[in-house]
Amino acid sequence: MHFLKLLIRNALRHRLRTALTIVGITIAILAFGLLRTVVSAWYAGVNSSSSSRLVTRNAISLVFSLPISYLERMKQVEGVKEVSYANWFGGIYISEKNFFPNFAIEPRSYLELYPEFYLPAEQKREFLLDRKACIAGSKLADRYGWKIGDIITLKGTIFPGTWEFVLRGIYKGAEKSTDESQFFFHWAYLNETLRKTIPRRADQAGIYIIGLKNPMAAAETSLAVDAAFKNSLAETLTETEKAFQLSFVSMTEAIVVAIRIVSYVVIIIIMAVVANTMAMTARERIGEYAIFKAMGFRNYHIAGMIVGESIFISMTGCMVGILLTFPVAEKFGKEMGQFFPIFIIERSTLYLDIVFCLLVGLIAALFPTWRAARIRIAEGLRRIG
Amino acid sequence: MPSTILENQLAVSIRNVSKSYQRGSQMVPVLEDISFDIKNGEFLALMGPSGSGKSTLLNLIAGIDSVDSGSIVVNDVDIASMSESELAGWRSAHVGFIFQFYNLIPVLTAFENIELPLLLTSLSRRERREHVEAALELVTLTDRMEHYPSQLSGGQQQRVAIARAIVSDPTILVADEPTGDLDRVSAEEILGLMARLNSDFNKTIIMVTHDPRAADKARIIRHLEKGVLTNALP
Repeated sequence: MHFLKLLIRNALRHRLRTALTIVGITIAILAFGLLRTVVSAWYAGVNSSSSSRLVTRNAISLVFSLPISYLERMKQVEGVKEVSYANWFGGIYISEKNFFPNFAIEPRSYLELYPEFYLPAEQKREFLLDRKACIAGSKLADRYGWKIGDIITLKGTIFPGTWEFVLRGIYKGAEKSTDESQFFFHWAYLNETLRKTIPRRADQAGIYIIGLKNPMAAAETSLAVDAAFKNSLAETLTETEKAFQLSFVSMTEAIVVAIRIVSYVVIIIIMAVVANTMAMTARERIGEYAIFKAMGFRNYHIAGMIVGESIFISMTGCMVGILLTFPVAEKFGKEMGQFFPIFIIERSTLYLDIVFCLLVGLIAALFPTWRAARIRIAEGLRRIG
Repeated sequence: MPSTILENQLAVSIRNVSKSYQRGSQMVPVLEDISFDIKNGEFLALMGPSGSGKSTLLNLIAGIDSVDSGSIVVNDVDIASMSESELAGWRSAHVGFIFQFYNLIPVLTAFENIELPLLLTSLSRRERREHVEAALELVTLTDRMEHYPSQLSGGQQQRVAIARAIVSDPTILVADEPTGDLDRVSAEEILGLMARLNSDFNKTIIMVTHDPRAADKARIIRHLEKGVLTNALP
């Protein structure tokens, strides 16, 4: 007779109770996995940042832009390998609910600095040649059914007007964490139009992206860039791409913290549910534990039975929960793609699922084990019959 | 099933044993200054009204409860001075239990229930199987070894419980109202089986019972009245 067989048979004595407990754990693991993935998705931009890139913006605020004339001076700074620039365009596709990030970029240098945006050579060539061209990530193209050659019209919010682009390329992410839901077009197209319509807003870049010769010299290069524009009309603030992305996340830090807290509360709740199940189970079996003890089984044998059963139940729920997390996360990611372009279950989330379920099983069994260990055999036997 | 115990040696020696229980703020005496001996190979029936202390005395002899004072020596071992852990080891080797309500584990088959005490020994799986099959043969339940307790009658369940009690070849068998939950026919079967274990295998049996017919099967009957031994009938 095997110990595991006894655990499984004991666990299946009250099938409905065990099934409901397992369902509870499954739902908790599912919720925990999804909430953790939402938090990861929140930090996706930070995590996909490169240590070899710096971002320079106006020192006052990101709302204010920087003169395009800074470009050549930046290129002269020690440690700078390449410089590109971009403007947040904020255009709307058909209606406001169709949100996706869209940027006006200097295409040649930008694509050089972002090799993770993989564009076939032919499409890249066509994109670079045509000033009205745009490229979109494959997820974005899939979402709206765009094909190469399609005319895409965005309604400007920051830059008024109706803007037409020709889709010349659909990029793929070189890595899983690359955002494939962005939209890029020529900064020159934006600038030329602005020169005609709002000249005072022309020749301005929202941010500069600096490629470093040596990522280890990021701090020195940042200081050197900012020093170059000190006491100018538009002083700069240069930071690593990660720090730049984090500054966006920090604006919503409270939400992230709330989600994190909720994910842990879910685990605590399920711990109470499993503890209740195990307490009921142990109370019903006090007589049996007394019989085992009378036959010479020790407290550690009894503890093994209770803890083993508790862990068996919690780990069964855990495994079902983990298996369900993948399809549910995929569906969730698709539905919420415009808000969470990168929605990938991290391996650490799965490890945490397993660790928490082991802890739930262990902690839920503590009190029943303590009670079973304390029960006197004669007293336990009196409860039978 | 061979016994290693020699006849006429003392199996159990009880000296000046007292036991009381706490009931609220009061200490209620259950056993008072009990002394008597049980020889190896004896079949003893303990009788008395409810609350007379017979089950408590049985529990003390079986090492599942502790004395307040006095000593209980089983085969030259003073179990009253043993720790909980030592007692557990001692019980597994020396005591077989037969309960009124059989107390089989419902999720285990007859075979697995009987095998339980052997899991605490160093026997191999094959050796355990041999022991269990021998015990099943003795209680004539070989054909029911894969049945669960719920698939067996009361008498059959008690026979499985007896097989479980003897499978590890213990020094003494303690039985608390073994026929209390059985019809007359089944009770006769069980008592016959116990008598056979005593006569053919020289097992020392201590049985608590209310039933005079059950007590008649024993070779010695002792009466307890309000925690005191009132007679010693041969």
